[in-house]
Amino acid sequence: MTSLIETTDLTRILHETVPVTLVRDITLSIGEREFVAVTGPSGSGKSSLLYLLGLLDRPTAGTIKVRGRDAEPMSERERAATRLANIGFVFQFHFLLPEFTARENVEIPMRKLARLTRAEMRERATALLSSLGLEDHLHKRPDQLSGGQRQRVAVARALANDPPLILADEPTGSLDSKSSEQVFAILEALVNERGKTVVAVTHDLDMAARMHRQIHLVDGRISEEEGAKPGF
Amino acid sequence: MHLILDIAWTHIAGRGRQTFVAIVGVAVGVGFSIAMAALMQGGQDDFVRQLVDTMPHVEVSDEQRSARRQPAEDVFEVAAISGLRPRDDRRGIINPTAAQAWLDEWTPGRFAARLNAEGVIRYSGREVGAVVIGIDPEREASVSPIVEDFREGSFDALTAGGNNVVIGDTMASRLGAGLGDTITAVSSEGLTRNFKIVGLFHTGTTARDEGEAYVLAKNAQILSNRPNAINRISIKLDNPNAAPAIARRVEAELGYKAVAWQEANESILEALVVRNVIMYTVVAAIMLVAGFGIFNIISTITHEKARDIAIMKSLGFSEADMRRLFVLEGVAIGGAGSLFGWALGFSITYALSLVHFEIAATGQEMTRLPIAWSMLHYLIATASALGSAAVAGYLPARRAAHLNPVDIIRGAT
Repeated sequence: MTSLIETTDLTRILHETVPVTLVRDITLSIGEREFVAVTGPSGSGKSSLLYLLGLLDRPTAGTIKVRGRDAEPMSERERAATRLANIGFVFQFHFLLPEFTARENVEIPMRKLARLTRAEMRERATALLSSLGLEDHLHKRPDQLSGGQRQRVAVARALANDPPLILADEPTGSLDSKSSEQVFAILEALVNERGKTVVAVTHDLDMAARMHRQIHLVDGRISEEEGAKPGF
Repeated sequence: MHLILDIAWTHIAGRGRQTFVAIVGVAVGVGFSIAMAALMQGGQDDFVRQLVDTMPHVEVSDEQRSARRQPAEDVFEVAAISGLRPRDDRRGIINPTAAQAWLDEWTPGRFAARLNAEGVIRYSGREVGAVVIGIDPEREASVSPIVEDFREGSFDALTAGGNNVVIGDTMASRLGAGLGDTITAVSSEGLTRNFKIVGLFHTGTTARDEGEAYVLAKNAQILSNRPNAINRISIKLDNPNAAPAIARRVEAELGYKAVAWQEANESILEALVVRNVIMYTVVAAIMLVAGFGIFNIISTITHEKARDIAIMKSLGFSEADMRRLFVLEGVAIGGAGSLFGWALGFSITYALSLVHFEIAATGQEMTRLPIAWSMLHYLIATASALGSAAVAGYLPARRAAHLNPVDIIRGAT
């Protein structure tokens, strides 16, 4: 099994008047078909780690490799292209573009990648949304959908270009328990049925316990790690 | 790229009223620039046309640009000359027949030779200083603008021969003379001759109407005691713009001063250039103001859409995509404004072209505003509108592209 994402001594320090260390000396390796929970108290650097893994942020020190390729020397454009094809994001808030319908939102990453024809994009977006139980809401705009529905559209959008890695930042953080359960089940199915790797930041320890691997952060460092597959 | 267009469209369409105001801003700028340029250009063209029409395009006189070289200067390397008393030369242009034949050979246009003699016109005890101009009526008619300005009679009346004169109407009224009266011309040589008025003209230029008297060349030569002499050749060219080159050639060949109309009116033409600079400065200022309107709306959109920018960047859009998006929005507003501006500019120009008024007091009647219809004005106005729109879009676009998505996403939680 190859590793999807590999970090060595990853450190991120915010250079404010008083330097703030978000993440320090993180060395980890995440392979395919993994379901990883990143837990920790508030301010422990969970989200910061996720942004670093998703190439949204640049580390102060250390290296990060996506599919064996070092991200450090990449240009801004290359990092964007890597994100587009390999990484899908799901945030705590749905972060859909408000002027576009559910299906259009899912189509946007595909149109940016421009690998399919428009008809194929439409078909794939419809299929993705239908598989998440949204077949009746294809043409609704985000403000006409419930929180859970929006989050499912966001998941569909993250899957649009069929990336191997899904990064979720508190995906259930702003949902009620029923919707949370639904979204969790979808993420679980992504790993088990579609063979994706999902890395989810959560502070819900029960939920984290149900994932395959847990990384616990305290003050930006890995304090505990459970369920790592052998071979890493 | 199509996707970027789509997103740009939703942003602009989502802010109907603000977009409308920005578009109107550009449209008014473009429209007024076009109308102003049409009016200014029209005025200038009209002015230049009048210059070109009323003046000979090249005027050759028997003067020289610098004092004649003395033979001593040609023979010796250093020569000091003092107390020189130049020969009194009243012959005018030397060998006029050869000169005219030479001009006839190659000049692309028409020309007329004249003899200008300073003199005084006298009638019933009143005297008016005048230039007595000896002409060949047929040739003169082909180069002189006066042909169209005759109140009574014409140059043809001179052709018949005899002691006839054509004078301006202002001179006639100052003398108290009318058509058919006989005036007396006195030359600087002291010779006197009587002429019968057979024509009156009114050009609108006071100096001409008051100070010019046209007679047959032969009469002027007799009056000034310079048989067969001419001292002016006026050339009217088919292409007025060729005047400087022709003037240079004539001057080189004949050795006499030949002045093109551009040289004679240098200061006026310079003033026109200055006027154009002022006009384009004002146009630029209008466009700048319109640019601020665009800057404002794009700036607002980038602020409002900061979250969307973060989302798009997290999805895999690059900074260049974001810059393109907002520059495109600016240019779209600039483009839409330009189109409306064309319609507005065309309407204003058309309205101006309908304006009638009369200035009778000066005698130069102007009945319509001079308007120049030129595609160039539309293109210049559009180019500057699109240019300022692109800059106005680029500044906020650059800031938006630099936005760190992490900051926005963190801020949202």
